[in-house]
Amino acid sequence: MRTIMLAAAASLALAAAPDRAAAQTMLAAVKAKGYVQCGVNTGLAGFSQPDSRGQWKGIDVDLCRAVAAAVFGDASKVRFTPLTAQQRFTALQSGEVDVLSRNTTWTATRDSSLGLNFAGVIYYDGQGFMVPRKLGVKSAKQLNGATVCVQPGTTTELNLADYFRANGMTFKPVVIEKLEEVLNAYFAGRCDVYTTDVSGLVAVRASRAPNPADHVILPEVISKEPLGPVVRHGDDQWFDIVKWTLFALLEAEELGLSSKTIEQNASSANPSIQRFVGATGDIGKMLGLDNRWAFNVVRLVGNYGEIFDANLKPLGFDRGINNLWTNGGLMYAPPIR
Amino acid sequence: MRRRSGSAGVGGGAASRVRLSTGDPRLRALAYQAAALAAVIFVGWYLISNTLANLEARRIASGLGFLGREAGFAIGETSLVPYSAADTYLRAIVVGLANTFRVALIGIVAATVLGTLVGLARLSRNWLVAKLAAGYVEFVRNVPLLVQLFFWYAVITENLPVPREAVEPLPGVFLVNRGIFFPVPAWSAVHGWMLAAFAGGVFAAVAYAWWARRRQARTGRRPPVLAGAAALLLLPPAIVWLAGGAPARLSVPELAGFNFAGGAHLSPEFAALAAGLIVYTASFIAEIVRAGVLSVHHGQFEAASALGLRRGLALRLVVLPQALRAIVPPITSQYLNLTKNSSLAVAIGYPDLVSIANTTINQTGQAIEGIAIIMAVYLTISLAISALMNWYNARIALTER
Repeated sequence: MRTIMLAAAASLALAAAPDRAAAQTMLAAVKAKGYVQCGVNTGLAGFSQPDSRGQWKGIDVDLCRAVAAAVFGDASKVRFTPLTAQQRFTALQSGEVDVLSRNTTWTATRDSSLGLNFAGVIYYDGQGFMVPRKLGVKSAKQLNGATVCVQPGTTTELNLADYFRANGMTFKPVVIEKLEEVLNAYFAGRCDVYTTDVSGLVAVRASRAPNPADHVILPEVISKEPLGPVVRHGDDQWFDIVKWTLFALLEAEELGLSSKTIEQNASSANPSIQRFVGATGDIGKMLGLDNRWAFNVVRLVGNYGEIFDANLKPLGFDRGINNLWTNGGLMYAPPIR
Repeated sequence: MRRRSGSAGVGGGAASRVRLSTGDPRLRALAYQAAALAAVIFVGWYLISNTLANLEARRIASGLGFLGREAGFAIGETSLVPYSAADTYLRAIVVGLANTFRVALIGIVAATVLGTLVGLARLSRNWLVAKLAAGYVEFVRNVPLLVQLFFWYAVITENLPVPREAVEPLPGVFLVNRGIFFPVPAWSAVHGWMLAAFAGGVFAAVAYAWWARRRQARTGRRPPVLAGAAALLLLPPAIVWLAGGAPARLSVPELAGFNFAGGAHLSPEFAALAAGLIVYTASFIAEIVRAGVLSVHHGQFEAASALGLRRGLALRLVVLPQALRAIVPPITSQYLNLTKNSSLAVAIGYPDLVSIANTTINQTGQAIEGIAIIMAVYLTISLAISALMNWYNARIALTER
């Protein structure tokens, strides 16, 4: 019900808000406001979750901080709006948040008919299944007739139905909105299976399971889930800023620049590094930012590898396909020049 | 405003020879109402046109075309309307609507029965019964419904065992955290004829009751209505059953793979939602019933007992018919509340209308259309219940003197 109220409120906001896009660019509006408003997950370990002191932590959160560093030269000029899967697009469409960085899968429908633009991929994910070890299930192909716990309104729900249809199997979904409640149902044995992105399964098993060893993640990955930050249609400059902030994180790792080394490497003779830190060229100015935007991003937030190691590695995540292309992964930034 | 009424005053004054001025209260009232209506229309127009303009500017698709597309997601409870993931969004929403009706209908009937019993119990002369009923009402109606739903859901899913360790209180009945499984007669054509015979029996029983009342009025002697009606209701289906060869095969639930298959089944989500709605709404209905009974003057009780009616009969024949007039209007509100409260189902995973529409909104991004559908459906259901109850209220109000 709360969601409905929020969705209704957001719809109303969409109705009442005069068209601001024409009057002022997003960048100017964000600068005037003094902070970036960023939509994040309500709590997913490793991606966005408040720590014991109420500080938001995770790779999605760090992307928001990186955008703030690029725009303001200050990674703390960001405010977070925790959003459920169902609120997120309305919140972005209605202008409640400037960037949506909330483990959101890039799909054609979302990119087109929802009026959104995906600014790249921060984590290549895929949907998987987790089952209690004592069921003795070894493969997702053995799940015929199973009861599956799933959260509503996500690509997860569609992939799940597709996979069982494609394999001629049946299942019973138990669809519960709040993560807490759906996990309670799974851990109480209401369902045989819990399904979400593998990253979510790993995080949940590490942080929520009474005993992590009692649950196994099945080997099948049934979908492609490229997760990335999203902006709304209508302001290409803001889209570019978010997109190239993400690329700067990847490029920094490829160039060997980290938050600890970038200051001393700033004077390196390597022309790529010179362009990156803004010593030569006008990349920052072309984006409408300070020329040291990428330098600030790396100095204040770190490179992609640092962010991954700080947030995901402790939970048991493997770099896998999220490694740089030079190390056999999919992470590849176009040249910053 | 001034100009409006001023100009109207000139025209009106000439015609009726009554001097109309801005001081005329009738004219002023008319002008204020016109202004209020204009303001409402303007706000509505502004919201709609601005929404359309903003949707257009952001290139967000709008319209109801999405209803014909394939939904692609599965639904847990499709006992009333067959559905698969290959069906359309429209059909998915119809499944949700059917699930809402299912829980609302069962909830309204059961809450009325439970609420009436508790309300009368609270008036009981037995101290323990009255205090227990009072405690039930005060406890249940002061705890938020959402919390109660979580409580019922947790009771069912946490306390009952997994299918492989099922509890079997009666042969063929299994209690597990996937719900209650129980045997039902395997369907055969004879059952259809039995239903028809039962329907015929209902008509016969109503006619018999009418005849019995006429006879009582004429002769003062009352034929045995209860026994007669019961015979008329039960005998025809029994005869059809025997004539059809007495099919007695049962569909018994059996553990197959992950879960029980066969028989009939109530899911934990439905059970928790129905229990929560019934227990919660019954506490309000109990108070309404109690207030209704107390609104009937005590003299009516005394007069009834002077005629030799026992307390139960006095309650049923004299007091409740008069109390109904006070009970029906507020109880209508409770029925509406129960129906609308069923939308809390999404919290415990029962696929009602709101849950399905929510998913649809997120798959398609058509938030405004989705919410409009939800609002239109609840408005229709609520107005239908109101109309029905108002008709019933008008019927019983005719006896008023």
